[in-house]
Parts: sequence; structure tokens; C-alpha cells
Amino acid sequence: MSKPKVGFYWCASCGGCEEAVVDLAEDVLKVVAAVDIVFWPCAMDFKRSDLEAMADGEMAACFVNGAIRTSEQREMVELCRRKAQALVAFGSCAHTGGIPGLANLCTLESIFETVYGDGQFSTVNPEKTRPQAATQVPGGGVTLATMDHSVKTLDQVVPVDYYLPGCPPPVKLIAAAVTALLEGNLPPRGAVLAPDMALCKECPRIDSKPQDPFLREFKRPHQVLIDPEKCFLAQGILCMGPATRDGCDHACIGGNMPCTGCLGPVSRTRDYGAAILSAVSSLVDSNDEHEVAAILEKIPDPAGTFNRYSLPSSMLYQSISANGNGGT
Amino acid sequence: MSDATSSPSGEPFEPRIVAFFCNWCTYTASDLAGTSRMKYAANVRVIRLMCSGRLDPQFVVAALRRGADGVLVGGCHPGDCHYQEGNYKCLRRMELLRRMVGQMGIEPERLRLEWISASEGEKLRDVVNAMVAQVKALGPLKLEPIPRPNGDEESDLQLVGASDEGVLA
Repeated sequence: MSKPKVGFYWCASCGGCEEAVVDLAEDVLKVVAAVDIVFWPCAMDFKRSDLEAMADGEMAACFVNGAIRTSEQREMVELCRRKAQALVAFGSCAHTGGIPGLANLCTLESIFETVYGDGQFSTVNPEKTRPQAATQVPGGGVTLATMDHSVKTLDQVVPVDYYLPGCPPPVKLIAAAVTALLEGNLPPRGAVLAPDMALCKECPRIDSKPQDPFLREFKRPHQVLIDPEKCFLAQGILCMGPATRDGCDHACIGGNMPCTGCLGPVSRTRDYGAAILSAVSSLVDSNDEHEVAAILEKIPDPAGTFNRYSLPSSMLYQSISANGNGGT
Repeated sequence: MSDATSSPSGEPFEPRIVAFFCNWCTYTASDLAGTSRMKYAANVRVIRLMCSGRLDPQFVVAALRRGADGVLVGGCHPGDCHYQEGNYKCLRRMELLRRMVGQMGIEPERLRLEWISASEGEKLRDVVNAMVAQVKALGPLKLEPIPRPNGDEESDLQLVGASDEGVLA
């Protein structure tokens, strides 16, 4: 009996998702024994032509991590989509945009200006050369992928069957997803392969979370000695637990750091950033307009804090260049 | 922008404002304005909430996504909330939400929170007119459509606690 074929691919990502696969440790051997890995350019020698040579739907599943910004990434995920029966968005970037998605707070032009122009970047580039889509050099023309005006999630580029959330996805969830896949025991298409409840519900510190508004001040984790037993919010430290999906075994909480929201929203939430913003701001213990503003000033970057992993999937979607209304 | 206040056909731009009014104060004020035969700009679509504290910020972003050029929220004056503290929750959420949408390329002036009591029909008229004038000056809200290769666009629009028709349908 031939083993099911699977592939892995990466787009705008850091490589942490590939690490997460390796973190399966001994279990990775079971996976390798059960499936044929037919495409994984990050780990082994595979070329685009290998993918192109496959029949449509030849892979049982293809796991794609990373957000999508370049023309090359778009072409590759379109190929992956065609060659796979199930396309799985793997990790925060593919799921909701992730850290690369924060680039949508800047225009493409300002990014190029910072990197290649007069910006204070480390690139030594006195001639301010910018990457071109096509350039003539001695011996012929060379081409480069182009950058789209905004970062997109995987499901904004191609249809996606399943989502494995997290930055990176927790090993337990990966193992469960692979098992479900091998057993043909997958939930309905479009499902997020993780528990559908908020992290707070199972948090070991939940008993110390006050019910009434109590926040008088927001503190950054490096500014205080964090009590390892007490709810982070009760200590004035922003924690995304109230709106973030559970399933991570609270690795950050266990390491005495607050949740930053990488597993994204639960299924009832349509806009993650607005949901966690609502949860946090309503806990502020003041009824005076100016005092409320002063307390909330301690959150210097609401968009980057509440949409840290989810900006491209926000209902207000995307880039200020595309919105172009001139915010702040 | 020279064309901000008119459509391509040359018609003056008429903003669409979604207004969330609390049942006990601002919605009653709008009733009062009506029975008093006051006239205010017809650009607002009023949605009654039991309390401004019921306003989930997701409602606001959904309104903007579905074509509102601005969102007006009306609640009871501080100290007057029928549920004691709901309007303060609204105040805190709107404060932070205005800052967040500003970072995302949307003028914070498109979101406005006002305290209007049941007896303040005149204030309601003035606030609505001022809001319409302000959003008119800002021009239409431009939001890029969200690409949906899955073709499940409607699923974006169902919010917490919403019926199948969607909150704003």
C-alpha cells in the first residue's frame, strides 16, 4: 500500500514553523514512517519542478506556513493548492498574518525607503539601488519576485481547508492534526485544528483574575518582577488570554510571560483585535474621561499589541496604503 | 482631495453613519426629537442597544467594513447609566478603539461617542448634524475589499450573538 504524500512549504515566515515539525522529536519518525514527504524545500533538496511534475491532488496534504506578499509566494501557494487535496495553513502567519502582517501598518514605499533609501537601516547602499522585477546584466536578463502592496493571509490568496494556529503551532496540535489526517478523521472543511475556547478558561492563574474593573496602570513585563502565581492582568501586565484560543498548554504563562495572542481568535470572534481590545479596555478602573485616556496611554501601540498576529485578517483589513484615509 | 466630497457623477457626497444608541437615554432622545418635529440629517441609521456598554468594538469595525463612513455612539451621561456602569465601559473601549483605527489608516474622527440624555432632543439633533458635517468633510471611507478565494465572504459578517441575517443586514 502506498503511503499518503505530504508536502511542506514556507512563505513570509521565520523558520520557526519548520522547527515545530522537528520538535515532534521521536514522533517525527512515526510521521515519516506513515507518510511520504514529497516536498519540503526548507529541509531537503526539492525544487519547484518537483512540485510541478506532480499530478493535481497528488499530495494528501500540504502544510504551508508564512504570510503571502511576493509574486513568487503567490505562484508557489497556487501550485501547492492545486497539487494537494487538503491545504493546511500552518502557523499564525498563514492563519491570520502573523508578525510579517504588521508590515501592513506601513506603506510599501516607506518600507523600501527605509531599507534602500535614506532610512536608518543597516544596509550599505550609497547608490540607493532598489530591487527591480527585471534587470539586464551581461549574459542576459535576470528577474526577481515583486512585492505586493500588502501582506496577506494564506486564505486571502488560495482556498484553505484547515488551520493549525500558533507561533509556532504547538507540537501537540500538530501531532493531533497529522493523526486525524492519517485516520481520515478530519473535522469539516474550514476548521481550526485546536480547542475552541479562550485560554483564560484553562489558565492555571485564573483564580486570581478579578471580576470587576481593576486596572489602574499598565506595566511592561520588563518593568516589574512578575508574580509567578498571579493573573497577569491583575498585575497590570497586558495578557491576551481572554480572547485567544487555547491549545498551547500555556507555554508562555508557564515561562512567566503573558499571552501575546498567537493562536488567534476562537470561532465566535470575527475581529480578534477588536475583541481583545474590548476585553482589556473594559477592565480599566476609572470613570473619568481624562483619567481613562491617561491609563490607556500606557498602551503605546494598540494596533501592534492587539493585532500583533492578526492585522491582515482584521475586518478593517490591511494596509494603510490601501485604506489611504490618512489616520494618525 | 478635491473629489472627497462628491461622487464621480458630481452628486454631493452623502455619508452613511451607523448610530448605536442606548435604549434608555439617547434612543429616547431621538424619539423626543422626532415627536418634537426637529429635523436632522437623514444620514444616520440608528441601531438601538439596551446599553452603550453592549457595544462590542466588533460592531463598529463591522459597520465600517459594511459601508459606514462613520459610527456614532450615544449613551447616558456619566452617572446616569440604567445599568450603573455600562456607559463607562463604552467610554474606555471607544477611547482605545479610536487610537487603534487611527493607526490602521482610518481617521479617529469617524468614530464619535456622545452622552445624550432622554430629554436632550436638541443635543441629539446638533450632534447628528455635526457628525454628518464632519464625515462629509472627511469624505467617503475607503477600505480595500478583503480577498476571499474561499468565497465565504458572508461568514465575516456574522458577529457574536448575531442572527443568521447578521447584525447590520
